[in-house]
Amino acid sequence: MGTINILGKQLAVDADGNLANRSDWNEDVARELAKQEGIPNLTSQHWTIINYMRKVSEKEGSAPSIRRLTKESGVDTKTLYQLFPKGPAKRAAKIAGLPKPVGCI
Amino acid sequence: MKHLLILGGGTGGTMMANKLAPVLDAREWQVTIVDNSEKHYYQPGFLLVPFGIYSMRDVVKPRRQYLPAGVKLVISSIDHIEADKNKVVLSDQSILPYDYLIIATGADIHPEQNEGLVDDEWRKSKFDFYTPEGADQLSKFLKGWEGGKLVVNPVEMPIKCPVAPLEFLFLADAYFTEKGIRDKVELRLVTPLSGAFTKPRASQVLGEFLERKKIEVTPDFGLARVDSKEKKLVAWDDIEIGYDLLVSVPTNMGDPCIGRSDLGNELNYVPTDKETLLAKGHDNIFVIGDATDLPSSKAGSVVHFQSEVLFENFLEHIEKRPMPAHFDGHTNCFIESGFGKGLLIDFNYETEPLPGEFPLPGIGPLSLLKESSMNHYGKLMFRWVYWNVLLRGLELPMGSAMSMAGKRV
Ligand SMILES: Cc1cc2nc3c(=O)[nH]c(=O)nc-3n(C[C@H](O)[C@H](O)[C@H](O)COP(=O)(O)OP(=O)(O)OC[C@H]3O[C@@H](n4cnc5c(N)ncnc54)[C@H](O)[C@@H]3O)c2cc1C
Repeated sequence: MGTINILGKQLAVDADGNLANRSDWNEDVARELAKQEGIPNLTSQHWTIINYMRKVSEKEGSAPSIRRLTKESGVDTKTLYQLFPKGPAKRAAKIAGLPKPVGCI
Repeated sequence: MKHLLILGGGTGGTMMANKLAPVLDAREWQVTIVDNSEKHYYQPGFLLVPFGIYSMRDVVKPRRQYLPAGVKLVISSIDHIEADKNKVVLSDQSILPYDYLIIATGADIHPEQNEGLVDDEWRKSKFDFYTPEGADQLSKFLKGWEGGKLVVNPVEMPIKCPVAPLEFLFLADAYFTEKGIRDKVELRLVTPLSGAFTKPRASQVLGEFLERKKIEVTPDFGLARVDSKEKKLVAWDDIEIGYDLLVSVPTNMGDPCIGRSDLGNELNYVPTDKETLLAKGHDNIFVIGDATDLPSSKAGSVVHFQSEVLFENFLEHIEKRPMPAHFDGHTNCFIESGFGKGLLIDFNYETEPLPGEFPLPGIGPLSLLKESSMNHYGKLMFRWVYWNVLLRGLELPMGSAMSMAGKRV
């Protein structure tokens, strides 16, 4: 397992480069992770998605798919791709400090 | 009389009927299985039909022939399940009550989920190979095709047999080479994944194969719509990919009857306990195969491993004893790589595909994560194994749990 340097701390990551420990995450860490993903500023819309993902993951044990994000977060797919380019579910999960969403094996 | 009702008589439903019917006391239990068609298709064969390796006749058999005596087959479409009343309603409104239910209704493609996929160009310049009609039409089309841009696009994960799009490209490379027109064909994989496959080690190996075979890859592509007039795929972030021939793997979903029963997630897959295979929140409903929401691959081999777990659990659960068996996500998959060769991968929830020999450590005869002709014969043998061993509920020379023997970490 590797580590990444966030705000001067070495944090453990899994094989996909996502945070290995939920307890390592906080909003400052999220802002740093977002920068590393090429997203310089997290807007309130970004936070809606991040918080929604954390809520689902806490309740169900895994992060939701993009299809479910569109259905339940109130943000449409097009906007999701603008907020988190390339792979919204994958990227938002990383910034939210969660493992990559399942269902893509 | 107690009723065991099995919904779906495909891979999983047939296996469970064959395993359970002989051991349940026929004076106490009636086993009934419902499916909407008399035809049982060998779906892995759909991959080989477009290239003329199999004909349509090679991939279909009468469903009844694979069910044991004493099991009642009802040919009808399932409308919905009323889980709180322990009954199933068929499309003609007739009712089948049950004490225990096994859901094995599988997954199917839903091209209507994407804008512009189904229109008058569907099955003219845009095809699928996940249905009997799609595979058949594509084989006819390919015979006369003189070349151009061929794009293979799995729209959204998860899909059945997640390596099938790659295999299609490997086989296309060989097919056009043998036809002498490989230089006139551009092959491209357009995928929502970040690489060739989801598991890192296998993704790397398969990625190298694509490169060697001159197959281009467009990763991270989220399909928004297909423009049939301009012949292009348009992504949510406005990236466009042109094609002459589109081979789509449309969104895969569980059967709509699951949605109508309010038993499914956003893709009509039934939330299932990943170890016991009970439907979450329902003590007398088991789920097997592609119909589950489990993070294991949707593949026939997985259904086989699950069937052994479900069999053990079912027999204890009906006696109100604790369920002994746990499913570990075991998946085992042959990958056709073209020119008479193939690869084999073996993995589970926790362990990704690793190189080594299978099933006997150091001997094989199959090699893991490495190309060989033995693996290709393994895949061709699989059809015989499917009809004669798997469906009949017999054992393979390996247990349901994944083994690390013979693997190199
Ligand atoms: C192109 C392709 C290639 C593949 N290659 C491989 C491979 O190489 N190796 C491998 O292991 N697996 C492969 N698979 C996957 C494998 O075929 C499936 O995972 C397996 O068949 C799933 O079994 P199942 O019982 O869950 O569903 P199915 O076998 O699909 O059975 C579902 C049954 O339910 C019935 N049904 C559904 N809804 C209703 C309803 N409302 N009313 C009545 N009946 C209904 C259907 O008619 C069907 O018979 C491939 C699949 C495809 C499409």
